[in-house]
Amino acid sequence: MSVIDVERACVEFDGDHVLENIDLRIEAGEFVALLGPNGSGKSTLVRAILGLQPLEHGRVRLFDEPLGRFSDWSRIALVPQRLPGTNSIPVSVWETVTSGRITPRSRFKRVGKEAKAAAQLALTEVGLWPRRHDRLETLSGGQQRRVLIARALATSADLLVMDEPTAGIDAENLTHLVHLLGELHKQGVTVLVVTHELTDIEHLVTRAIVLGEDRTGTIRYDGPPPVPASFADAVHHHDDHPHDQSAAPTGLTPR
Amino acid sequence: MNLFAYDFMQRALIAAVLVGLIAPLIGVFLVQRRLSLLGDGMGHVALTGVGLAFLLGTAPVPTAMVTAVIGAFLIEFIRYRSRTAGDVALALLFYGGIAGGVLFASLAPGKAASSLNAYLFGSLTTVAGADLIALVALCVAVLIVLAIFGRELFAVSLDTEIAQVQGIKVRAMSTLMAVLAAVVVVVGMRVVGLLLVSAIMIVPVAAAQQITRSFISTATLAVALGVFASVAGLTTSFYVEVPPGPTIVLVALGTFAFLALLAVPIRKRRRVLT
Repeated sequence: MSVIDVERACVEFDGDHVLENIDLRIEAGEFVALLGPNGSGKSTLVRAILGLQPLEHGRVRLFDEPLGRFSDWSRIALVPQRLPGTNSIPVSVWETVTSGRITPRSRFKRVGKEAKAAAQLALTEVGLWPRRHDRLETLSGGQQRRVLIARALATSADLLVMDEPTAGIDAENLTHLVHLLGELHKQGVTVLVVTHELTDIEHLVTRAIVLGEDRTGTIRYDGPPPVPASFADAVHHHDDHPHDQSAAPTGLTPR
Repeated sequence: MNLFAYDFMQRALIAAVLVGLIAPLIGVFLVQRRLSLLGDGMGHVALTGVGLAFLLGTAPVPTAMVTAVIGAFLIEFIRYRSRTAGDVALALLFYGGIAGGVLFASLAPGKAASSLNAYLFGSLTTVAGADLIALVALCVAVLIVLAIFGRELFAVSLDTEIAQVQGIKVRAMSTLMAVLAAVVVVVGMRVVGLLLVSAIMIVPVAAAQQITRSFISTATLAVALGVFASVAGLTTSFYVEVPPGPTIVLVALGTFAFLALLAVPIRKRRRVLT
């Protein structure tokens, strides 16, 4: 069964082709890394897949259903690159993590024990259970990112979409996070990761997709890792860019 | 002088408690989405409704209700469909609402534009028995809607895109929020007045968030502060013989100042503990 099926997808911003004729099919159980330089359209492609970015042409199917008719959103969890940054009311870590399960289908139900247990487990996994009562804003950038990951983990989604999940996370937590992703993948979860840093997750990745040439979004490489050296500009390794600030989201710098 | 001895005071007090209760519950979502001024926009639009009621001789509460709800749909429509920023869309409502209200009221036979004053700043004596039933019904409706859609409204106010990926109808929820704000404005217009009613949505929330750490505790404390400000302000206005709107808002602002000062040592202590 295909989890994601994109056909001839085109996205334009003010006449510029950000994505051009993208064909992409991701099967259940794959672990896909979406790579490419800044501006190559990685995030736009992910947003288009999730219906957050309207297509100029082409079509998207999720779990074999056209995007417009797809309704089983609890099967998908998204880890965004950053917090929207518009919160002005205090929101606790716990509230953020449990919010991942709010759907129109949960309308007349109380938050069940199962959901609470899942949230507790997810927060424990990312090492932030002791901080559950704290305001999200008082956490460091890397910790906030782990909260966003925990929110996705606390859902029972079988497609996990992550935008730069490893950026800004310290070495110890990174090791644990990578291990966690491996466990989820073993349990059958399909993973789509947008990233600059392939090094840490390369052993988990079953398929690498490199996007972007001359800043237009076309697929340049699609196959198992390692990515051939000719596409090395799209992939950053720790050794090449020890202080790569461009990969760190601006909204998540520690205060 | 016992203020409960007067029927009009009993009705005004009940109305004040109602608005103190539901206004911060809606306000907490508005503040979170940075739409603090939406309530003001609704208030101005409701003013047109009051002017229309004067002109047509209809009851002010339902007329204002209908006008404000139309305004709620209008503002969401303007925000989504035209290239108008949210604040500009609000500004358009402000101007149109005031202009329409004063115009219709001036045209109304036998009513001077000055009788709008009771609606602008609130009045102790204008809550009629029939109004009270309408206000209670509206409050119950708001609470039921919040019980059903509250969590989705929360998810939308947290992150609209994530909410959309969770299958939540973001536009419908935004419109619902605007409609709820319109209802609160109408509930509060008799006692607090249309120009100040949105303060009861926003100020208790702003005060509560000085010392809280979660959304739910902010909402809870804001409701407590809202009811306190409404009752204390109303009582004060009875004895001092001024319109209740300003006294209610000043009490609310007082709680804000108090909690803002209190927050400094509290935050210090938390920093030491964590």
